[in-house]
Amino acid sequence: MMSDRITFTIDGVEVQADPGQTILQAADAAGVYIPRLCAHKELNPFGACRICTVMVNGRPQAACTTPAANGMIIENETEELTDNRRSIVEMLFVEGNHYCMYCEKSGNCELQAMAYRLSIMVPRHPYQFPDKDIDGSHPDIMIDRNRCILCARCVRASRDLDDKNVFQFVGRGKEKKVWINSEAKLSDTDMDVTDKATDICPVGAIIKKRTGYEIPIGQRAYDHKPIGSDIEEAKATAESN
Amino acid sequence: MSTDKPKVATASLAGCFGCHMSILDIDDRILQLIDLVDFDKSPVDDIKEFTGRCAVGLIEGGCCNEENVRVLQDFRKHCDVLISLGECAICGGIPAMRNNVPLKECFDEAYRNGPSVHNPSGEYPSDPEIPLLLNKVYPCHEVVKMDYHLQGCPPPADTIWAALTALLTDKPVELPYELIKYD
Repeated sequence: MMSDRITFTIDGVEVQADPGQTILQAADAAGVYIPRLCAHKELNPFGACRICTVMVNGRPQAACTTPAANGMIIENETEELTDNRRSIVEMLFVEGNHYCMYCEKSGNCELQAMAYRLSIMVPRHPYQFPDKDIDGSHPDIMIDRNRCILCARCVRASRDLDDKNVFQFVGRGKEKKVWINSEAKLSDTDMDVTDKATDICPVGAIIKKRTGYEIPIGQRAYDHKPIGSDIEEAKATAESN
Repeated sequence: MSTDKPKVATASLAGCFGCHMSILDIDDRILQLIDLVDFDKSPVDDIKEFTGRCAVGLIEGGCCNEENVRVLQDFRKHCDVLISLGECAICGGIPAMRNNVPLKECFDEAYRNGPSVHNPSGEYPSDPEIPLLLNKVYPCHEVVKMDYHLQGCPPPADTIWAALTALLTDKPVELPYELIKYD
């Protein structure tokens, strides 16, 4: 009997995938959490952050962009990969200006939550304190590029989900930044507060005005449970049933 | 008065004393703490100079001026274990917001051009008593080696308690998920 299901292993555990699924999608469905920042369920894979890098048959590959294939031997939770992930998150922290203590996104921020999950107490790299722009021109939305991690979620969401193409990257290397499709200001675009691109930012770089600090400390997304717990708990629930 | 108890020293550099408030926030556990340790140089007991070797030094705030650097180096010299306490010690914190403004612009805003400044001579304060500002605010671990980092603004009292009691009883510092918070 022929089956078109794909079978491979992650850290020794057998995982099944449908043809066309990426490693990350198959792992999610199987209740195995592979840490990620730029990947999002509603968006096409992009491979910007590289945090989901796993070892596929001994070679590093981004789990979000690599299709699952039969017989793959994948390592996810190894000491080396965890340290690589820590290093990437630490670089994101020092390359921006991430002042968690007054950030509206604190507690609901995926970058911060990833640092919590990886138990990062201090970055190994020196802080850069770069000079970044803020765009508060839009009546309902603010862009604070101090917090941007260049994940391209807003670029993809605006283009593919909102059909607006409000955002694009400009510059290269450390000059790279998310820019907007107008002469200068976000208020000159057709961006709307109800757009998918408004809510999809994993950090506090795109925020809705007048909504900050609405959720009290203790009730925010990552106050009690690490990021990825939802995926891991879905598996635990399925097993106990 | 002298005992064999290990000593703890604390300092507030470029901070707001919020982390020290959080130390006091361990509430009545402070009675257990003074069974375990004596306080040495610290704003808590107002001892100004080290009286000897300390087991643990807690540093609040980063380094924004030359005095901060001297105090921090002094702590490194006298403490077996040195801990960055809170965001300012770890990443510079709120004072580090000046780090992408040139120093001269900071001075001009503070002493010449600020909306409430009255300074007809246009001079910057230059009394030898006033420590010189550094070009930017430095996290403590970029100045001397720091052994531990307790995150938070301020770190919760439970975090400080867990770390201190672990260190003073020779156990590894292992903080549960809910005690690692950056805000």
